[in-house]
Amino acid sequence: MSDKIRTIEGITKESTQAMIDDALAVYPEKARKKRAPHLAPNDAASGCSGVKSNKKTVPGVMSARGCAYAGAKGVVWGPIRDMVHVSHGPVGCGWYSWGTRRNLMSGINGVTQFGMQFTSDFQEKDIVYGGDKKLDTLLHEAHELFPLAKGISVLSECPVGLIGDDINSVTKRVSKEMDIPIIPCNCEGFRGVSQSLGHHISNDSIRDYIIETREFAEPSTPYDIALIGDYNIGGDVWSAKALLEEIGLNVKSVWTGDGELEKIAATHTVKLNLIHCYRSMNYMCKVMEEKYGIPWLEFNFFGPTKIRESLRAIAERFDDVIKEKVELAIAKYEPIMQAIIDEYKPRLDKKKVMLLVGGLRPRHTIGAYEDLGMDCVGAGYEFAHGDDYDRTAPEMPDATVVYDDPSEYEFEKFAHALKPDLIGSGIKEKYVFQKMGIPFRQMHSWDYSGPYHGYQGFEIFARDVDMAVNSPTWKLVKAPF
Amino acid sequence: MRQIAIYGKGGIGKSTTTQNTVAGLAYLGKKVMIVGCDPKADSTRLILHAKVQNTVMDLVREKGTVEDLELEDVMKIGYGNTKCVESGGPEPGVGCAGRGVITAINFLEENGAYTPDLDFVFYDVLGDVVCGGFAMPIREGKAEEIYIVCSGEMMAMYAANNIAKGILKYASSGKVRLAGLICNARKTDKEFELVTALAAKLGTQMIHFVPRDNQVQRAEMRRMTVIEYSPEHPQAQEYRTLAEKILNNKMLVIPTPLEMEELENLLMEFGIMEAEDESVVGVVEVAA
Repeated sequence: MSDKIRTIEGITKESTQAMIDDALAVYPEKARKKRAPHLAPNDAASGCSGVKSNKKTVPGVMSARGCAYAGAKGVVWGPIRDMVHVSHGPVGCGWYSWGTRRNLMSGINGVTQFGMQFTSDFQEKDIVYGGDKKLDTLLHEAHELFPLAKGISVLSECPVGLIGDDINSVTKRVSKEMDIPIIPCNCEGFRGVSQSLGHHISNDSIRDYIIETREFAEPSTPYDIALIGDYNIGGDVWSAKALLEEIGLNVKSVWTGDGELEKIAATHTVKLNLIHCYRSMNYMCKVMEEKYGIPWLEFNFFGPTKIRESLRAIAERFDDVIKEKVELAIAKYEPIMQAIIDEYKPRLDKKKVMLLVGGLRPRHTIGAYEDLGMDCVGAGYEFAHGDDYDRTAPEMPDATVVYDDPSEYEFEKFAHALKPDLIGSGIKEKYVFQKMGIPFRQMHSWDYSGPYHGYQGFEIFARDVDMAVNSPTWKLVKAPF
Repeated sequence: MRQIAIYGKGGIGKSTTTQNTVAGLAYLGKKVMIVGCDPKADSTRLILHAKVQNTVMDLVREKGTVEDLELEDVMKIGYGNTKCVESGGPEPGVGCAGRGVITAINFLEENGAYTPDLDFVFYDVLGDVVCGGFAMPIREGKAEEIYIVCSGEMMAMYAANNIAKGILKYASSGKVRLAGLICNARKTDKEFELVTALAAKLGTQMIHFVPRDNQVQRAEMRRMTVIEYSPEHPQAQEYRTLAEKILNNKMLVIPTPLEMEELENLLMEFGIMEAEDESVVGVVEVAA
């Protein structure tokens, strides 16, 4: 959290509200009334969210949201590398979630990791007669073909819920027959308002079927921690884990990037849970706190300022050994970070960025942009909840626009008004803004780059942002109208 | 081609009535197709003299996809050149029988089962319309004429009224109309008058009163319709009369279903139901 309230020249609460009203003006009255509470100028001082969130998308507006299945497959389960993840239902959901979000994995594909696609590929007959027998066959085949897989997750697609297939009884029976964990996840896409419910359902499945079912082989130490909510996009986990180990901590398990089932199952014995993606995994942190008394701490590994703050906050939870190592690490890396800033800041200073990503990254990355001299002039989420917006308010400059589940129209309208030098969002937005001549980076997948986490990641982040903002391409493009 | 859907409470005799009526129409020289829309698949056995017919969905399951199916695999010809198809579907408790009906009817349409030489198509639909699949036969471009099979029993009349509510919903957006009640008599008190009165309230007619006769069961044991088994029997004549009435029926209405209270009043009027004594509701029996 920043100490003082920052402002952006030319942006006042009045100017932002006028921009919001202008965007809302085109809506019919009912839609306008529904959308208005989701858009507001930031009130940095209050530290509380000014916007309504986690509500059903207004029909007729184009939303960037995903579904519960997407949250389960694409976020929580997909990155666990030593399990087979079954997209249970017709082929489309499995096909389009193949490879998830560049959750990188170590190991050998098909032998020790299973970053491939499994689907039960429902046909008419499976809808009419039920897919339980097919699931039974699939589970046996998967186990036979990939005997080293440590477990199987079964992720329900919509039709499974519609026809009422009882996947829980099938998985229970086959799990016993084959003596491996098979976890049913009732994450039908039509449930809830966004992918956020899929995260919650998946957390609950981990609570009900995985946690506490294994123990770590090695004796425990006072420095045992788990890295929660890092999905190893472009190698984030490998960067973050190395840094945490450098400051003397034992990263016993990672949820769930490059994750391993048996380590996740033994996480109930760690001393501290460090959570990066709060939105998708706070549920299990709270469960582990209540059930096993494990404290948890949210941290932020984007950009040297936030990394420094986070490392010191982590050190506070441990003894002087760790505190010393943290200071050593900060002292070691800060000159390297300064050199990066010295290189890129002159080209990025005072550039404006707008963000729309999932449920966490906007507020976590604002500090990294600011390290490079940039200002965040607008931020919002697809599926964040009230507590996420509360945590966002202090990070953003005062009076800048906050948008919850914005429609493509609203987002475009704000971009026209604010004229950002960079937009960080997803694949659905990328080409819209690039066609408007605005530099763009995909901030779900790191745009085929990464890692962005940790000291190692900041160098790549700075390079990518500079490459996008200062690309000579934009000067060569001339609109034909 | 007239497309007709038969609805009614489960066990009321829809399949028996449908097949005997179809036999009556065939007797009158009409070309008919029966599409059974019930996973039990018992809509064509009297016409085909068969125990069970190969259903569309059973063959889909066997062959893998509906694309691998040929029309002649599932369409059989029975009494009076009547074409017979059963949609089929899962046993109770699994899968989606409604989707089976949709898949089967789509298959029939795509594979040219609805030939121009047909005078009638009859859809014999499962008793309770529990989801969209069982309303498939009355979607746009399909059956526009609906007959409800009922009797003078209270639950059959409740069901008839509920089905009328469903028809009203479809009638307001399409061409579906209620064509009449068929009373499949159970020999209850004042049955003729009661069903006639209900029909009037619904804005329709009791198109025919089919008396109860064990000849129907005797024919069924031989997997035959009465018309085929004993064409000279008076019961066969009843079905031929019903067939003729349907053939000449012009009374297609948007039904006016009754409110629950109105229906109960009607039942009380005919002594089927007694007036409720509010003073006993929720009071437990006093031990002797």
